[in-house]
Amino acid sequence: MKFLVCISQTPDTTAKISFSADGKEFNAAGVQFIMNPYDEWYALVRACELREALGGSVVALNVGPASNETTIRKALAIGADEAVRINAEPKSAAFVAKQIAEYARNEQFDAIFFGKETIDYNGSEVGAMVAEILDLPYISYASKLDLNGNAATFERDIEGGVEVLEADLPFVVSASKGMAEQRIPNMRGIMTARTKPLKVVEPVPFEEQVETVKFSLPPAKAGVKLVDPENMDELVRLLHEDAKVI
Amino acid sequence: MVLVFAESPRGHLKKAAFEAVTYGKKVADLLGTSCTALTLGTVDQAAELGRYGASKVLNVADASFDQFDSQRFAAAIADVAKNNGAKVVIVSHTSTGKSIAGRLAVRLDAGLVSGVSGLPEVSGGQLTVKKTVFSGKAIAEYRITSPVSVLSLMGNAIKPDASGQSVAAENISTNAGSGRIRVKDVRTQEGRVPLPEAEIVVSAGRGMKDPSNWGIVEDLAETLGATTACSRPVADSDWRPHHEHVGQTGIAIRPNLYIAIGISGAIQHLAGVNNSKVIVVINKDPEAPFFKAADYGVVGDLFEVVPRLNEAFKKFKASN
Repeated sequence: MKFLVCISQTPDTTAKISFSADGKEFNAAGVQFIMNPYDEWYALVRACELREALGGSVVALNVGPASNETTIRKALAIGADEAVRINAEPKSAAFVAKQIAEYARNEQFDAIFFGKETIDYNGSEVGAMVAEILDLPYISYASKLDLNGNAATFERDIEGGVEVLEADLPFVVSASKGMAEQRIPNMRGIMTARTKPLKVVEPVPFEEQVETVKFSLPPAKAGVKLVDPENMDELVRLLHEDAKVI
Repeated sequence: MVLVFAESPRGHLKKAAFEAVTYGKKVADLLGTSCTALTLGTVDQAAELGRYGASKVLNVADASFDQFDSQRFAAAIADVAKNNGAKVVIVSHTSTGKSIAGRLAVRLDAGLVSGVSGLPEVSGGQLTVKKTVFSGKAIAEYRITSPVSVLSLMGNAIKPDASGQSVAAENISTNAGSGRIRVKDVRTQEGRVPLPEAEIVVSAGRGMKDPSNWGIVEDLAETLGATTACSRPVADSDWRPHHEHVGQTGIAIRPNLYIAIGISGAIQHLAGVNNSKVIVVINKDPEAPFFKAADYGVVGDLFEVVPRLNEAFKKFKASN
């Protein structure tokens, strides 16, 4: 089995978010970057588990500049066998999807893994785009994935429940909580990650169809209004008359 | 023309579809055009979509669409969009819509903005739309420059407006090819509004001390017609079912009212709930970080405060 896991680099969950004065760009100064949690904890780990059970290889792919290589090495430390970096700023979901699809097109992957979304742009777009470009089935929000020969079974999170389904290989899947348990890279993994192959590929041209006009911060909350715990009628009154939510 | 895909899980149009059509009608008004709604598979009361603003309702009454497959759904929607010259295609930002939106963008060679939270600004026929990014910590504004735009609409971003007239649904056929996904089973919690659609959510955390204490939370939710949720540690300890977990790794929600009971408010939790319109926090620890993100706070023992709040809501409901 040959698995591709697409990993994204995102600001840490706790990072303070700010933008350039013109609001055009994310301000990366002082921000700690991490591997997108859904990519790391669920997609990458499940691909590694399946490789361990069935044999084959796991390729970790990132679209990003050379500074992302720390994150890519972490994917190798967790268990990917090799890595590919497409040497470009990941400008948009459509750009990233195009790069991934063009790379994957001739590589005969049995499955292509994504996290359910990235924690920065929260779009959940790339997996569906890659699936469409490559004419593959796409199973999103999968909380369970098992392979049985040439077929795969999934559980997929839907509103208020779960869908159980089956698809033939190859497929594209996006992983949500439950597909695997987070793995902490061990010392051996960290050591071997240094010497595993990391190939750099140049991007293919792409024409953007969406421009960023600007980023802004949401208006600050007015601050919490504390209500006397003995007087819940007052809280109900505030929710009805001031907040108008009941 | 603005084309809205009105999803009908298990044969029923739900709030997400009504919101999407209401939104589609408003976008159509901004563009000086009309709004067409499309349903796929068996659907009851498709004509209702007219009331939300569709001037035309199309239905592909092919039972093979009763099983969701993003590939076939996207093919059918794109086919209808092309045949009708749609300039904007709108889907709901749900498990269904999110699986389709990216595919539609590729098929229609269209710019996509997913999870839009408000109406677009229109200039020279181009749409500029807003969405929240960085898990609710920022807002981004995007302009779509391609001739066709695809948008997915965040839940609870617009109030469904049923002031129009119903329109008889017109049956059409599409060529969506054959599917490669076989749905084996769908397990849902019937009788409860799913979390992403809920307008009021009552959520509880480790402060509850034990799963057997959840009665007061369920009673409060019952009074309010709310959906119950929980924090990650509670789901991880199997005190509550996994599908109730809201937060970064769980479900992101944006109800009108979020009542957090005994939840400290870790940043990962806030990432999933900070787009709620109004947040009420009940916690005995005045230093709980959640109070910083709250609109209303009650510092007190939840085992006393929650039943008291429930009584207060009951009294309010009885007199209104």
